[in-house]
Amino acid sequence: MTSEMFQLILMTVVTAATPLILAAIGELVTERAGVLNLGVEGMMIMGAAMGFAGAYASGSTLIGALCGIVAGAFMAALFGLLTIGFAINQVASGLALTIFGIGLSGLLGAGFVGLKRDPPAHLHVPGLSDLPYLGKLVFSEDLFVYVAFGLVAGVAWFLTRSRPGLALRAIGDNHQSAHALGLPVRRTRFLATLFGGGCAGLAGAYLTLAYTPFWSPGMTAGRGWIALALVVFASWKPWRLVLGALLFGGATVLQLHAQAASLGLPGQLLSAVPYLATIVALLLLSSGARKNAAAPAALGQAFIAPR
Amino acid sequence: MRIDLEPRPERTLALDIGAPVIALAVAIIFGGLVIWMLGKSPALAFEVYFITPLTESWSLQELMVKACPLVLIAVGLSFCYRANLWNIGAEGQFIMGGLLGGWLAIITHDEAWQDLIGGWWILPAMLVLGAIGGALYALIPALLRVWLGASEILTSLMLVYVAELGLDWLVRGPLKDPNGFNFPQSVVFDDIARLPFLAEGERLHAGVLLALIVALVGAFVFARSIFGFEVRLIGEAPRAARFAGFDDRKLTLAVFAISGALAGLAGICEVAGQIGQLTPKISPGYGFTAIIVAFLGRLSPIGILVAALVLALTYIGGEAAQVELSLPSDMTRAFQGILLMCVLVADTATRYRIRLRFGALA
Repeated sequence: MTSEMFQLILMTVVTAATPLILAAIGELVTERAGVLNLGVEGMMIMGAAMGFAGAYASGSTLIGALCGIVAGAFMAALFGLLTIGFAINQVASGLALTIFGIGLSGLLGAGFVGLKRDPPAHLHVPGLSDLPYLGKLVFSEDLFVYVAFGLVAGVAWFLTRSRPGLALRAIGDNHQSAHALGLPVRRTRFLATLFGGGCAGLAGAYLTLAYTPFWSPGMTAGRGWIALALVVFASWKPWRLVLGALLFGGATVLQLHAQAASLGLPGQLLSAVPYLATIVALLLLSSGARKNAAAPAALGQAFIAPR
Repeated sequence: MRIDLEPRPERTLALDIGAPVIALAVAIIFGGLVIWMLGKSPALAFEVYFITPLTESWSLQELMVKACPLVLIAVGLSFCYRANLWNIGAEGQFIMGGLLGGWLAIITHDEAWQDLIGGWWILPAMLVLGAIGGALYALIPALLRVWLGASEILTSLMLVYVAELGLDWLVRGPLKDPNGFNFPQSVVFDDIARLPFLAEGERLHAGVLLALIVALVGAFVFARSIFGFEVRLIGEAPRAARFAGFDDRKLTLAVFAISGALAGLAGICEVAGQIGQLTPKISPGYGFTAIIVAFLGRLSPIGILVAALVLALTYIGGEAAQVELSLPSDMTRAFQGILLMCVLVADTATRYRIRLRFGALA
C-alpha cells in the first residue's frame, strides 16, 4: 500500500469520526453540568434534515450548518424545558425527544429526499497540503473537521481553565451545594443543554452536507447513541473522546472496506460492528471504580430549588 | 421566565386519571398544528386518525390486534421502569422472540413425522421459545450492568440494531424459503404453527387474549405480591430497599428477564398470529411505541390496556392518513413523540403545582 493510499484511508477515518466528535463533545458539556440528554439521536437527525434543507435553499454550506445548529438547539431547548423546567425524568424525556426528532425530521425532510449537493470545499494550504505522508491529512480536511477539533480544544480549556467551566462542573457534581453557593443551577444547565443540542445539530448537518452528502430519513442510524456511549468511554474527558471517536471511525471504515473486499462474511455482521464495538467500549471503561469516580455525581438528577 | 415547582400535599385519583387524558388532548392539538403547517386539514386528519377507525368492525379488530404486542411489551417494561431500570431495547427482544419461536415453526415445517406424533406441541413450544429468546436477549444488558456496571440504556439499545441485522441476515440466508423465488422471507408457517383465530374469518387471534391475561396478572403482581412490592420499593426508595435486605442485583435480572420474556412473547405472537412467516421487518417499531404506552398507562398494567388501544389507533389512523391525506408515516412517529412529552409534563403536574413566574430569572 502506498503512503498516498494510506493517507486517504486515514482521511476517511477522520471523516467518519467527525460527526461523533461533534455530537459527543456537546453531550459531554451537557453531562458535565449534570444533565443526561439521551435525545442526541433526535437532535442530530433534526440537524441533518434542517442543515440539508437550509443549504439546499440558500446554496450555502455555511447557512446549512447554521440551520443544523439552530435545529439541534431548538430540540435541546424543548428538552431543557421538560427536564430542567418541569423536572421530568431525563431518560424518558430523552427518548421522547428522539422519537419526536426522527418523526419530525422525516416530515420536514420529505421534500428533499433524492436531492444531492456538492460536498464542501477542503482546506488547501499551499505548500503544507502537499507535504508527503501527513500533508493532506492535517491541512486538507473539510472545514467541519477543524471546527470539531477546535471545539474539543475550546471545551477542554473551558472546563478545566475557566471560572464558568468550574462552576458548570460544580453544578454537575452537586447541585444542592452549588445552589447554596449562589450558582445559577438551572440557567447553567439550560445553556449547557443548548450547547449540546447545537453541537448535535452541527454533527447532523455534517452528515448531510459533507459525509454523504444527501438527506435520507433515519440516516443517523444510531450515531447519536454511539456519541452518548463515547462520552462514557471517554470518562467525560474531552481529549479522550477524540481518541474514542477515531477508534470508532476506524472500525466503521474497516467495516466498509471489508464489505467491499467481500471476505465471505455476511454484510449484516459487518454492519453490526459499530454497535457491538460500542458495547465492548462501554464494558472496557465501565468496569470498576473508575467509572463512578469520573461520572458527574449529579448526572441525571432533576434539581428542584429548595424553598 | 422561571418555572417553580411546589410539591402537592397529596395526589388525588381524579388527577391521576385526568392527567393522561388532558395530555392526550394537548398532544392532539399540537399534532393538529403540525398537520396544519404541512398544509392539510387538521379536522379531516383528526377524523381519519381517531374517528373512522372506531366506526368499522374490521378496524376495531385491527385495533386490538395492533394493541396486543403493545400491551405485552409495555407490561414488561413497567416492571423495569418502576424499578428505575431503563430497558429501551424491547424492539430487539421482540425480534429475538419472534426469531427463536419462528425458527421452530420453520424446522418443523411439513415434516412427515408430524403425522406420527402430531403437531399439537409446536405452537406452545413456539410461545415458550419466543419468551425464552426475548428473556435471554434482555439478560445481556442486565448482566453487563450487574457485573460490570455498564449502562443498561446504551447496551440494550445497541442490541436492537444487532437484532435487526441478525434477523435480516437469517431471512436472506439460512432461514430463507428455498422455494421462495429468492424473496427474503421464510416459508409460510403450517396452520398448526399459527395462533388460532378467535372467530372464523375474523382477524382477532388468540394473542389478544394472552395480552389481556398478562395485563391482569401484571396488575395482580404489582398490587398483591411481595415481588411487586420489592420492584416498587427499589424504584422509589432504593436505600430503604437495601435496608430491608432486598437484593437489587437479583431484582435487576428478574425485571429484565420478565420484560424481555414479554417482549419476546409479543414477537412470537406477531409472527405466528399476524404475519405467518419471518420477514426482514417484523415490527413497525412496537418496541419503542410500547415505551410511550407504558408511560401513558402510568406504568400500571390496567392503564396500559387503555394506552395501548390509543397508540394502536395512531398506527391504524396513520396508515389511513397515508392513503387518504397522503400524510407521510413519519407523522405517526412525530405525534407519538409529542404525546410522550405531553404525558411526562402531565405526570409532573400531578405531583407538583406548576407556577410560571414571568420576568424572574431562571
